[in-house]
Amino acid sequence: MKASIALGRVTKFIGLGFLTSIKDLFTGKLEKEDFKNFLRKAVVPLASIFLFLGMWHLGSKSLYNIEAEFKIEKALKDQGQAAAEALKTCIASGESSCQPNTLPSPAQVWESFQSLLRDHNIISADKAAFIEKTAALNEKRIAAGKDAIVYTGRPSFVDQIFRSLQTVFAGFLLALLIAVPLGIFIGLSPTLKSAFNWFIQIFKPVSPVVWYLLVFMIVKTVLIGSTDDSSFTISFISVGLCSMWATLVNTAMGVSSVDKDFINVAKVLKLGTFQKIFKVVLPSSLPLIFTGLKITLSVAWMVLIAIELLAQSPGLGLFVWEEFQNGANDSNAKIIVAMFAIGIIGFLLDRIMLSIQNWVSFDKQDAI
Amino acid sequence: MSIITESSRTKEVLAKKYPSNEVMLDLKDLKKVYPTPKGDYVVLEDLNLQIRKEEFVTIIGHSGCGKTTMLSMIAGLNPISGGNISVLGKHIKGPGPDRGVIFQSPSLMPWMTSLQNVMLGVNQVFPSATKQQRTDVAKYYLQKVGLEDAFHKKASELSQGMQQRVGIARAFAIKPKVLLLDEPFGMLDSLTRGELQDILIEIWNKEKITAVMITHDVDEAIFLADRVVMMTSGPKAKIGDVLDINFERPRTRKSVLEHNDYYAYRKHLIDFLEH
Repeated sequence: MKASIALGRVTKFIGLGFLTSIKDLFTGKLEKEDFKNFLRKAVVPLASIFLFLGMWHLGSKSLYNIEAEFKIEKALKDQGQAAAEALKTCIASGESSCQPNTLPSPAQVWESFQSLLRDHNIISADKAAFIEKTAALNEKRIAAGKDAIVYTGRPSFVDQIFRSLQTVFAGFLLALLIAVPLGIFIGLSPTLKSAFNWFIQIFKPVSPVVWYLLVFMIVKTVLIGSTDDSSFTISFISVGLCSMWATLVNTAMGVSSVDKDFINVAKVLKLGTFQKIFKVVLPSSLPLIFTGLKITLSVAWMVLIAIELLAQSPGLGLFVWEEFQNGANDSNAKIIVAMFAIGIIGFLLDRIMLSIQNWVSFDKQDAI
Repeated sequence: MSIITESSRTKEVLAKKYPSNEVMLDLKDLKKVYPTPKGDYVVLEDLNLQIRKEEFVTIIGHSGCGKTTMLSMIAGLNPISGGNISVLGKHIKGPGPDRGVIFQSPSLMPWMTSLQNVMLGVNQVFPSATKQQRTDVAKYYLQKVGLEDAFHKKASELSQGMQQRVGIARAFAIKPKVLLLDEPFGMLDSLTRGELQDILIEIWNKEKITAVMITHDVDEAIFLADRVVMMTSGPKAKIGDVLDINFERPRTRKSVLEHNDYYAYRKHLIDFLEH
């Protein structure tokens, strides 16, 4: 019983509450009056997932046929009957070299996902072997004051995901460190607010691409002469600058709209400025600050892909771009795998932020 | 220091009740004007009121007559347009903990526990006391309002009535010279209101902090007060009438209701309000 409550909490925490209902069905805990609820919470989402997969499958099949027919017709026109027949049998045989290049089916994407995982296992085994092999040598090199030899092999898909997460967290942290203090100052002082307002209004709508170019211009000069790879620095700063606006605006709004009663209490008690900010203003604006941070994190994750792609910084964005350039038989399927990875991670990040937000907000109402 | 000369009672009664007869709170020619596009709107004008030390005064009047404006001016939360307010002969300048306020809504910080809410004020007023002493003060007053089991409950988890109890504890714990109560029980149901009136009067009997309380409730006004001040309707509201309540203290609700003068007092107030 206790365990099932804990499970319920965990699934609710990560926003997959419907899993609990499915589990309830199997453990026979489901009451009759819960049935409608169960239908809505578990059956409907599952049904819509299957519907989605089915439509995707049919869609990709028809796109496949269009592409195949076009290829055969083209071969017929350019190279004649024999070539067209050869191509037809080649396509029917499933030979990878002559497959039409179009939207992959769910099955192909699943296959690619598994192959990416296998690839990851191979690479990480390789990496572990490399580290083991060079451990003794590296110790000697470090003792001799030289740099250690590091693994420079191709990163796996999972490595790319972790790299992207690193970038997004660095960017998010930067946004937090800039936007929250600045937002507090702007919220507290109408003078600062009018000083910064034009700045916020003008820079808020600027596209991630332009932010990237701006950061590139500056960082390139600042790090002039350095041999280190600056692509990570550039991409995380761009991500931070793109995504910080929601937090800045929300923090300023939260701080400037503290309940008048609380301010009156602070006045009557003659709290000092410092105490007023930390005991009254900040706690009362925390829910709004966290709403801003939640938006910031989701924006950061969204622009990250585009920025990694531009900055050639390792991560999911670069992975997608390289697969697109690569044009291999399963590239399209890998791009779709990356798309799902991006979507699911984005969803999880959002849920984590929502849980933190619920935890810090004092009125304990369920935010959506 | 001015001495109250006006009196509707015999000198002996007054002398017994207020040994020092000292004026705690003095409102002189108080005026409040709000500028509007159509010209100035005068809320209060020529308002004069003296309140003795250890006196409990309730203020009654129609909604919108400027009672709350007056109280927030005494609290220093609303600027004075004309005249002045002094506490023990000193003009007030802005808000301060010498004038504790119990607001209409409990105004507790919902993210703090009830103890932390009371401590917020206590820390501010007794900075030289040890942490233990300050905690003891806060706990003492929370006990007085019957919240000994809720020290560590978040304010947001308490009922409206419980929150207002914390509000009472917070106001008394900073030991103000004057206590200002802005319809503190207006939002409560009548049962809870009665309970809180009893709690308030019980603490007040012990502490005897000069109190000014706004209320809409005629019975509440009589039960709690030494004097009921009736305000005329705005604009340009001023004091219309003052009624001395000569019940012995400590009072119980029963003794007040059974007192011969009770209905006369009640009639006096209702007559005023209906005109």
